[in-house]
Amino acid sequence: MNPQHRLDVLRGVTPPRPHDARAIAALAANPGCARRALMDGAGVDKDAAARHLGFPAPFGQSPFAITRGNVFEALVKADGCAELLRMLRELLGLPVAEVAYHDVENVGAHLRHAHTRTLIDRAARDEHDAGTLYDHPLLSLEIAGHTAYLEPDVVAFQLGGRFHIVEIKSFAVIDGQADPSAVAAAARQAAVYVLALRTLLEELGHDPLKVSHDVVLVCPENFANRPVASLVDVRRQLAVLRRQLTRMSALDRLLEGLPDDLTFDLRPDDDGRPTRPVAELADALRRTTARYAPDCLSTCDMCFFCRDEARQEGASDLLGRQVRDELGGVASVAEALGLADGTRDPAAGQEEIARLLRNAERLRKECLT
Amino acid sequence: MSLLTSLARLRALDEGIAQPIATVRHCHLADRPMVFIPLKLSGEAAAPLAAMLGADRDRPRLLVVAQPRNRDLRFAWAAELAGVLLPYVEGFLRDTETVERRNADPYERAIDAPQILVPNRAGVAFVRLLGRSMRFRRADGPYPVPESVPLLGRWLTYFAERAAYPGSSLMPAMTEELGRHWASGQSGLEDANLAALLAWITTGPSDDAEDPLIWPPAGPATDPGFDAEVLAPAMESGSAERVTEALRTQLEPSWRLMWQAIDLLAGLEEGAGVASRWEQDRGSFSGMAAHVAEGAPPQPRRDGAVAAAARLARMERAQAAYDAQRAYDDPLVMAEHRLTGEAFAGEVVDTDPGNTEGEGRSRKLRPLVVIKTDDPVRLSPGTSLGTPQRRAQGAELVSAGEGLVTVKITKGMGRGRTAAPGAVPEIGERVCYTSLTDDFQGSPALPDAEATPWTHGGPPREYVPDDEDAQEEWS
Ligand code: SF4
Repeated sequence: MNPQHRLDVLRGVTPPRPHDARAIAALAANPGCARRALMDGAGVDKDAAARHLGFPAPFGQSPFAITRGNVFEALVKADGCAELLRMLRELLGLPVAEVAYHDVENVGAHLRHAHTRTLIDRAARDEHDAGTLYDHPLLSLEIAGHTAYLEPDVVAFQLGGRFHIVEIKSFAVIDGQADPSAVAAAARQAAVYVLALRTLLEELGHDPLKVSHDVVLVCPENFANRPVASLVDVRRQLAVLRRQLTRMSALDRLLEGLPDDLTFDLRPDDDGRPTRPVAELADALRRTTARYAPDCLSTCDMCFFCRDEARQEGASDLLGRQVRDELGGVASVAEALGLADGTRDPAAGQEEIARLLRNAERLRKECLT
Repeated sequence: MSLLTSLARLRALDEGIAQPIATVRHCHLADRPMVFIPLKLSGEAAAPLAAMLGADRDRPRLLVVAQPRNRDLRFAWAAELAGVLLPYVEGFLRDTETVERRNADPYERAIDAPQILVPNRAGVAFVRLLGRSMRFRRADGPYPVPESVPLLGRWLTYFAERAAYPGSSLMPAMTEELGRHWASGQSGLEDANLAALLAWITTGPSDDAEDPLIWPPAGPATDPGFDAEVLAPAMESGSAERVTEALRTQLEPSWRLMWQAIDLLAGLEEGAGVASRWEQDRGSFSGMAAHVAEGAPPQPRRDGAVAAAARLARMERAQAAYDAQRAYDDPLVMAEHRLTGEAFAGEVVDTDPGNTEGEGRSRKLRPLVVIKTDDPVRLSPGTSLGTPQRRAQGAELVSAGEGLVTVKITKGMGRGRTAAPGAVPEIGERVCYTSLTDDFQGSPALPDAEATPWTHGGPPREYVPDDEDAQEEWS
């Protein structure tokens, strides 16, 4: 059976979910997780699966935040992105009088990717082309040997054959500073788009470096709604992303050890309600190897399910990377405690960590009694 | 995190209950702390939604902005908040003591200082933004606000900045403070949830703690489900009472948790260095109050480069001193250094109390002590040592090997020909020596420069807020 077909079987009857850049950035953050790679590769709705399993993801977006985000985006894009253009002019020091504005969303969904390709190709060809803003371009990226389409929630700006990715975010920049974790997340996501656009240019036979590694981040300034643009260098994020994506095992290989008929199908009834027995779905998922880390709690819909599994296995991963690193590869809680109280002999290579753990145990005992 | 803490976390996970990682309390706990739980409107940088606060656990005050997008209501809320916090803060300025200083005028230091407890680090960050959004406002001009608002903004800015200062207890974040004393069986990320961390410490892990319907988040962010299903409809209804009651349900559980956490911390005996760090806090607080009284401008939007560098250096020193002090005060913290070989403890097996060095007038008493230890000592001969058992003394490592360490006492022996009784450890006594030094002790008499960086030698130009600052939008 060919891999695409296998992935379709994995997903079942529901249509595949498009990827958003956030998910891909997160996917790249945990490249060792086969479970996630398979679910995302097949386009499984992880949120629905987690809900059905009784482990709904702890993410939700407040309607207030959504409204605020939409209002801000609308403001930036009003009048054919007039405000955005003003900022780009200042930020990039461009003598742009007027630019064209293309909203790719206006064409039908099935045509959008082809349309994006054509537009970008034309722009890259013509160095004297006037500036253009492409709103909602549909880009794709190869993930673990499969094409993933990116949610088109980004703007690409092109002038003289050079491209910039523009990200509009509604977290505030206050006195020139923003929440570092929000900026980091935005940079990781922008890197996904830069990579996707570069890949597209390369496919079309253009120089991928026409896409700048400086992305334009647009945020509200201080406590008002007024937008401010800044350049964020995402070279580091790009390097990480590229490395992680190549490190991700090809899905074909992940599929190899699995039964042909394995599926994460929820078997929705006519009203879309899942009818698949929960235990059966959980069993199917447990056939794939997860690599739980507390970071999953903010990045993956499956987190509570996988955390529960890690608890049952007594995995030291539960306690976070730092602890895991301290333990130098001792994966189970029982094993680490056994080494600490001397009831377990260290395996080859564990002598040093065992000595440290025994010492730590002795010191804790001495201080607490 | 140290391996010792990691081990405690493993043990906690295995036993289903948090494990102590401190034997004494390392933060000051005020007689009359102010608990402050602010909530913000989702998606906004600093739009206050509500706060529950007060110094009396039976009588929390609830302040609500029924329509957070309404600017007037926000400033009315800020003024109400000032009405509670400012009297609390200023109440500590009445009783002061005069502190003499070398090379400087004596100054007045408050006998006690305010302590404002927030649930978590995000709470501190929100206090900082609230302070930033208020301190440049003016009581006159086109967008006048009550006079108390900019003043509160300066104080909130001060408290939030001071919270970053290692060892300060003026604005502790509760989850951080708890996490310094107990290791839970979950990750540090999950420890930021006050309900979850407290469950680990008291009864054992509970899934309820993560259920926002049972334990709403302790702010400043609200539960998105609550926003969608309860808060948004309540706001739309236009009924201030409905909004208020809705927010009360989100704050009351955290209010109880905060006081429970205070009781837990109060159950620990106070560490020896706490009082001197609190004295620094009192000095810093008094410095800030004097600064305000002198009519100086509000804190600048951003530190100048020089001030930022000076601040960083100060913070690093404070961190090192705080780490050292905690180790001296707490054998369980010292154990971390013993594990890495920077400290050792054991029993005295031999002494030479009369050992001297030099001849004639320069002859000095340098007693030798031999300690038997199981610790992996990684200190080279000649290293200076200190000891929690005799803090005024200094020693030097002579030799170490095969579980025996010889140290020479080099400081604090006085001028006598023989050692004073008790000055040299006796055979059989348990002692601990470490290369960590607590040179923190030099400066506690000085007010902390942090509070007054631009009056006392602070090189940056004064920040003079202009009309634009005062009229800045707050939408
Ligand atoms: S939550 Fe589970 S599936 Fe998702 S990345 Fe983590 S381990 Fe993998």
